[in-house]
Amino acid sequence: MWKPEPALPDLHFLLDRAGLTREALLAQYRQMCLIRDFEELIAERYAIGKTPNFNMAAGPIRGEMHLAVGQEAVAVGVCSLLTDADAVVSTHRPHHHALAKGIDPGRLAAEIFGKNTGLCRGKGGHMHLFDAEKNFSCSGIVGASYPQAAGAAFSFRAQGQPNVAVAFSGEGAANHGTFSETLTAAALWQLPLVIVIEDNLYADSTPKWAALASTHQSHRAQAYNVPAYLVDGMDVIDVYAAAKRAIERARAGHGPTVIEAVCYRYRGHFEGDGEDYRTREEVELWRTLDPIERLGKRLIRLGWADDATLAELREEAARDAAQAIAFAEESPLPEQREALMGVFA
Amino acid sequence: MSARTMKGIAFAIAEAIDQEMSGNPKVVVMGEDVTYWGAVFGFTMGLHQKYGRERVIDTPITEQTFMGMAVGAAATGMHPVVSLMFVDFLGAGFDQMYNHMAKNHYMSGGQFAMPVTVLTAIGGGYGDAAQHSQVLYGLFAHVPGFKVVVPSTAYDAKGLTLTALRDNNPVVIFGHKLLTGLPFLPFEGEEETVPEEPYTIPFGQAAVRREGSDLTIVAAGVMVPRSLRAAERLAQDGIDAEVIDVRTLVPLDTDTLVASARKTGRVLIVDEDYQSYGMTGELAFRIQAAAFDALKAPIHRLAVPDVPIPFSEPLESAVIPGVDRIVEEARALAGAQVTAD
Repeated sequence: MWKPEPALPDLHFLLDRAGLTREALLAQYRQMCLIRDFEELIAERYAIGKTPNFNMAAGPIRGEMHLAVGQEAVAVGVCSLLTDADAVVSTHRPHHHALAKGIDPGRLAAEIFGKNTGLCRGKGGHMHLFDAEKNFSCSGIVGASYPQAAGAAFSFRAQGQPNVAVAFSGEGAANHGTFSETLTAAALWQLPLVIVIEDNLYADSTPKWAALASTHQSHRAQAYNVPAYLVDGMDVIDVYAAAKRAIERARAGHGPTVIEAVCYRYRGHFEGDGEDYRTREEVELWRTLDPIERLGKRLIRLGWADDATLAELREEAARDAAQAIAFAEESPLPEQREALMGVFA
Repeated sequence: MSARTMKGIAFAIAEAIDQEMSGNPKVVVMGEDVTYWGAVFGFTMGLHQKYGRERVIDTPITEQTFMGMAVGAAATGMHPVVSLMFVDFLGAGFDQMYNHMAKNHYMSGGQFAMPVTVLTAIGGGYGDAAQHSQVLYGLFAHVPGFKVVVPSTAYDAKGLTLTALRDNNPVVIFGHKLLTGLPFLPFEGEEETVPEEPYTIPFGQAAVRREGSDLTIVAAGVMVPRSLRAAERLAQDGIDAEVIDVRTLVPLDTDTLVASARKTGRVLIVDEDYQSYGMTGELAFRIQAAAFDALKAPIHRLAVPDVPIPFSEPLESAVIPGVDRIVEEARALAGAQVTAD
């Protein structure tokens, strides 16, 4: 699903059509850098206490850890089109979506560390991030995001609010019954819903070829009369252009859209994954399509940035990511008695 | 019989399946990631290398459907072994399980047996939060038609799994993650001697893991080794605790529990499932119904206090029973007012 790099006139044409300005692209570049740095710092901290013998319970960050390094363009391309009032329902791999939706990196990091200052006061952890102000939620259960986002879309329409709801998922989740069932209801009711499938080719360890009878999940949308875009998920401009049309359609009351963004996770399904199910060559091939480097090269080609501008944006992002991690590390753990509070509203 | 040491229930369960598969072509394994990762927690590890993808099958993420396929396959002569990865994911396939797998034999007037073995991983204690740390065996034990197996040792895991694979009914085997013996998780069990040959352990027989006279601690899964550690500490205080491993919640060995309650007069039930409407209530009821006159104090229980499992370490350790809290509760019970002497 990789596209050839557009020639400069084509690039201008694409940007004009998508309504992407220099400022918007620079902001996307910075945002992708922030996500990348944040995720890499989390990976580093997660490894503390887990080497040489990997033990999930050891170290400052416990439990499973699913990172999205390589998938930044999908999150940023979609979420840069959303307002705080638009809903995003994410998955077990949620950090890039959360940051792209504008969640405070410090409170996000603090939640991942289980701290009292975290988004959920340490009760949710890395897979269960919630921020009501940003209308962001997620689930560690595969396939759970579709109906919940459809519910938000239903609620927006019932309450006369001009918002859209976005469900993120992996391609493995789209085999789940909730995908078909959600498309049925959302198409029937013309809900303002956008389903974004991050097709990173693997459901945990199971390759797409072993779990899908057709080539792409987005093909299924046709069966429900739902338009679908198949986009290059390593190209933020491609993602943005499709997402813009989908979101505009939703806001105008024309119903749901499916976007399937072919992308790649550079890291394993979880930190500690031995990755025997794929080759090193495959990972390296995909790294040559890195979404951040690609956008940087295009910005230079367009004359919209030089190396110094990009370096400055990268440094700013690195500083923000480091500050977030420091805030998390310095924050206190919750008191034990808090475990018994908050079951009911 | 030849035997060797084995660390953890994952190896034991996988070996049992292997031994049954090698002689019984009706057994097939299916579920998410059952090949490369051996169902993530190792219960099916090594099987696909030996039996190939025809008999060890990675399914798409379609729990409702592959549980339903197990129902259909079992009704037509197969014995599917189905992986439910984490028990927390049961919601996605539960209709096919509790409305069909558990009931079709009964509803059909005995026409369709339902030989299905479901493998699933339970438990917290390593920071995986509310959607990946539950125990939930109480839900399955509540629905008529399931047999519910909770091994705490590798020896039991192998023998109980082989019994499940020869049972004509749906059996759900709940393997605690901290007993799997896999390198990426803490291990709370013991390395133990396990025979290489196949052997079975009948369902419905609790194991007395430690004999004692002052009080009875009843537990399942990882709460068994924790209770045994607690019993060692109690012994230093001069409290002699008997520790009983329930092993199967359905069928439940009420006789062993009652006999122990009659012997010690004091019972503490330790559970990692949610407290209300769960295993502790059922066991306490059965014990008091048959041993009320012998109880010297009300039955005590220790379970997760009706909150989802929180992520952060201090919160998680506050709600999942640990050795300290078992000791504390047992001490309180040992000193509790005599009410029925």
